[in-house]
Amino acid sequence: MKHKGVGLALPLALWLGAFLVLPVAFVAVYSLLKRGAYGEVIWTLSLHNYARAMDALYLGIFAKSLMLAALTTGVCMIIGLPLAYTIATATKTWRSLLLAVLMVPFLTNFVVRVYAIRVILGVEGPINRALIASGLLTEPLMMTDSLFAVAVGMVTNYLPFMTLPIYVVLEAFDFSLLEAAADLGARGWTILFKVILPLSRQGLVSGATLVFIPVLGEYMIPDLLGGARTMLLGNLMTEQFLKARDWPFGAALAMILILAMLGSFAVQRALAGKGATLAKA
Amino acid sequence: MRKRDEKPRPAPHIAAKIITVGAFSLLLIPLLAVVIYSFFAPVSAAGGLVWRPSLMWYERLFQDQLLGQTLILSLQVAAMTSVLATLLGVTGAMALERAQFPGRRFLASLTVVPLVMPELVMGLASVIWFAFLGVRLGVHTIVMAHVTFALSYVVITVRARLADFDTSLEEAAADLGATPGQVFRTVTLPLIAPAIVAGAMMAFTLSFDDFLISFFTAGAGSDTLPMRLYSMIRFGLNREIYALSSLLIFVTAIGMGVSYKLRVGRKI
Repeated sequence: MKHKGVGLALPLALWLGAFLVLPVAFVAVYSLLKRGAYGEVIWTLSLHNYARAMDALYLGIFAKSLMLAALTTGVCMIIGLPLAYTIATATKTWRSLLLAVLMVPFLTNFVVRVYAIRVILGVEGPINRALIASGLLTEPLMMTDSLFAVAVGMVTNYLPFMTLPIYVVLEAFDFSLLEAAADLGARGWTILFKVILPLSRQGLVSGATLVFIPVLGEYMIPDLLGGARTMLLGNLMTEQFLKARDWPFGAALAMILILAMLGSFAVQRALAGKGATLAKA
Repeated sequence: MRKRDEKPRPAPHIAAKIITVGAFSLLLIPLLAVVIYSFFAPVSAAGGLVWRPSLMWYERLFQDQLLGQTLILSLQVAAMTSVLATLLGVTGAMALERAQFPGRRFLASLTVVPLVMPELVMGLASVIWFAFLGVRLGVHTIVMAHVTFALSYVVITVRARLADFDTSLEEAAADLGATPGQVFRTVTLPLIAPAIVAGAMMAFTLSFDDFLISFFTAGAGSDTLPMRLYSMIRFGLNREIYALSSLLIFVTAIGMGVSYKLRVGRKI
């Protein structure tokens, strides 16, 4: 019985080795190589791509991408917590209906969803039409091709990823704790900060990881909503592969993103661990 | 699922309700707007262009042969991905859940990596790897890259089901003289079949929907439907996009309706 499963595990292990482990290992290798004059790769090892990434131009792009990811995560938390709370406290019928609607974005094509936001914010879009028809504006507002549009796109797209983990926690939440807190004289904000927030910490933390990292590596939302002037990490990386043909530099940027991902997992583990002990105490 | 009687839960604060309405509007209104816009077309009138109800964009859409080709390619890629990911995922899940072998935990955590790795990194890692090996990009490379992320979902779904059911059923069958093959076919397979179907469907959908990984691994001349949609948006103000997007939204809505009906049916 002991080694019976090795044969069964082999196809999966070989596949992941060939199409996951080796490719990612080669990103690491390529990040140390150099770009030749014609976009080919020169096999000399150096850290020069990483040194180049420390240029003020690229540091600015990293900073902007990190800030946008943090902003998106924060806004998703502020919307996601009350949203998850409302769903968790709804009647059973409403709960399953609301959850189904929350899943719609998961099931609609991503390109379509991003495009739909571009339509809404567009010059011919319903917001501009309504504002002009009501006489508040004479000229349409240019809302697409901006960092604002990118942020709207990010929040809309990633909100379910924040809401669902919080919902999972609140679904099992002991709501009599709220009565207890109220009986002990706690009011609105105190209940929110002393009872609801600490106890939904696990959900908030896993939601934050599900939002922060993908937003940091997002390509299509900045590309379709940000216009040519909005350069973020995802576009910068893609551009190295498609336009600049500087694969080693693109690989170095990917390694930086992987490191950021590992860092955020470490933070998540630390925070979730603390939350667990708090909840037990 | 919930069996215990529920105490009525406290009603949320009015602010929470307002935020909820706002959030759902944010999720749904853009999609609704696209659908509405798809049924209007400009007609010249006295005061310039006037928008009238029309099926013009749909007519154009159905005349677009390139689009038909990309749709067929997307369906082929999704079908191949689904079959391969299911085969690899089910055997892998069986091994991870039922067998003991060195490196089992490592393999288990490796299967989760594609879920957390940014798609962009997966895409460019694949393209670097294929270039290094000298593999020409095309439909086959899209499928290889898609299988890699889709099989994670199959493994997770099937493992959850395997962990859920009573292993004594398998043991009883073995005690009664069934060979391991017979145990699998007559006991395990029927019990995990729903999870296999769910995993296969998920793999199909994820592959059909994927843009970014295809974008990197497709090479010239093998555009999938999302890639075609993307280039239509990126390079033209073509309003067929409204119609195409709406069709994709309808497919989703119908799919959701059907799966909701199926689930309700199973409960009764």
